[in-house]
Amino acid sequence: MPIDWFPLWLSLRVAVISTALALGVGLWLAWILANRQFRGKEVLDAAVTLPLVLPPTVLGYYLLVVLGRNSPVGKIYEWLFGEPLVFSWQAAVVAALFHSTPLLVKSARAAFESVDRSYERAARNLGASELRLFWRVTLPLARRSILAAAALAFARSLGDFGVTLMIAGNIPGRTQTVALAIYDAVEGGNGKTARVLVLIISGIALMVLSVANRLTSSPYGPRQTAL
Amino acid sequence: MIQARVRKQFAPGEESAAFSLDVDFKAEAGITVLFGPSGAGKTLTLDSIAGFVRPDEGRILLDDEILFDGASGVHLPARARRCGYVFQNYALFPHMTLRGNLEFAVERIPRLERHRKVNEMLEKFHLAEVSGRRPYELSGGQKQRCSIARALIGSPRLLLLDEPARGLEAPLRAELYAVLRQVREEFQIPALLVTHDFEECLELGDEMLVLREGRVVQSGTPRKVFEYPANVDVARLLGVYNLLPVEIRGLDPGRNVSRLRYQDFELTGPYFPGRLIGDRVWLCIRPDVLTASPKDGSLGTNQMPATLVRAVEKVERVRLEFADDVAVELPRPAFEKYQSVKDWVIEFPSSGLRVL
Repeated sequence: MPIDWFPLWLSLRVAVISTALALGVGLWLAWILANRQFRGKEVLDAAVTLPLVLPPTVLGYYLLVVLGRNSPVGKIYEWLFGEPLVFSWQAAVVAALFHSTPLLVKSARAAFESVDRSYERAARNLGASELRLFWRVTLPLARRSILAAAALAFARSLGDFGVTLMIAGNIPGRTQTVALAIYDAVEGGNGKTARVLVLIISGIALMVLSVANRLTSSPYGPRQTAL
Repeated sequence: MIQARVRKQFAPGEESAAFSLDVDFKAEAGITVLFGPSGAGKTLTLDSIAGFVRPDEGRILLDDEILFDGASGVHLPARARRCGYVFQNYALFPHMTLRGNLEFAVERIPRLERHRKVNEMLEKFHLAEVSGRRPYELSGGQKQRCSIARALIGSPRLLLLDEPARGLEAPLRAELYAVLRQVREEFQIPALLVTHDFEECLELGDEMLVLREGRVVQSGTPRKVFEYPANVDVARLLGVYNLLPVEIRGLDPGRNVSRLRYQDFELTGPYFPGRLIGDRVWLCIRPDVLTASPKDGSLGTNQMPATLVRAVEKVERVRLEFADDVAVELPRPAFEKYQSVKDWVIEFPSSGLRVL
């Protein structure tokens, strides 16, 4: 029986889209957590971390409740796009997003916080708005750590199982990602498919991690200190 | 002109004691030095003016513009203050070239004008040849000049310098002083320079403010502060004076004479107006104003016997440190003959004695 490559392509597509979305949401959250003092910051921090520690089924259950066909969000989505969100490949993106964003926020926050405050002060002192400070100073200085964080988020998006199963289901040819396909292959005694997919996913993950590791070494010569 | 009245309270933290800053000063064009020990509030004052720190109350006026006013809640953001700031570690953006660092400061102005301005600054600070390098490829002196050029390129109305000479070896320090003197000549704006090095005050300062525990304890020209420290704390900060606890035993305004007792030794000095017999005060005298000679027989007026504890070599002088916390500085030749002598006589001039 030939190997069905659809799950692999679907997983890669889901991971790419969810990483892009996670960067948008995650950088914003990370910047706020790193730079702003406000009431309820601890609560926000905890809420962002929650998906890392909750069982996937619990997270999936919440998402089903919030995004389901009878929920307001689900209804709006269905009205906008003409089809329900749950049990579509887009739902797999949402699952991957919730699976990977917490990790990205954690690392991006650390990256922002590691940028020496005196650079930010210097930029403000030289007349830069907060937006220009972010794009021209903070982000470039944190760039490599953030790319590393994005690589990790990508790898993690690739590997989600539980949440995807809960809200996107396991519909072959529609929502079946690699992780689910491997499970099915093992269950169905299709050892060859399982082995090939397992090896490919492991290879991709290994590659992404080595890229991430290389990125976290400092770019500007020896670390910049006083002199 | 900069006028600043700044108050800020800090509650005691886990690792820090309570601190309150309460300063009030003005500074004209030229270099005004904020001098004081670490923890005196010098950098905090600078940061309040630059807008990095919001004071609790007070008012900061630069020329005629209000940068901060506690009563009306005005607090201009740092980006709108046009105060050049030279950071202690330079804070040059490591991901930009030297030219990029300068351009960042003038991005708002039209391209042609910007290009001209950047080139002009690069020339002025002798950085044209290295303008394409990143900060980590620059020497210490180049980084330093670049950070000063970057602070000045936006035509600030005030220049703030946070210990620019800290950690520099002597040649770089001399180079920095030359650059700063050039800046003083050419830019004609007030500059506030933070340091805890008194030699730097003398070398660069047109005016100085002595800060201690968040207060301005003395102001004036560095020379004047040096000659007439306002109180014993300032004298101690300057780090050059002998400070001897003495008791006033006699005062005679008619003959302009006073008698002072230091331990069991009696000194004659000038009359001290405003003091009373029995006052315990500090005799404040520079080591180079005292003289010392090996002890031989009888003692004259104001000659105190003393035991040499150690001799410290200076460039042209030798500092003799005696028991009872008195130090005397002698020219090298005057000391060389008597290296092995332990018992000395210190002579106090009777006219130059000052008490605090």
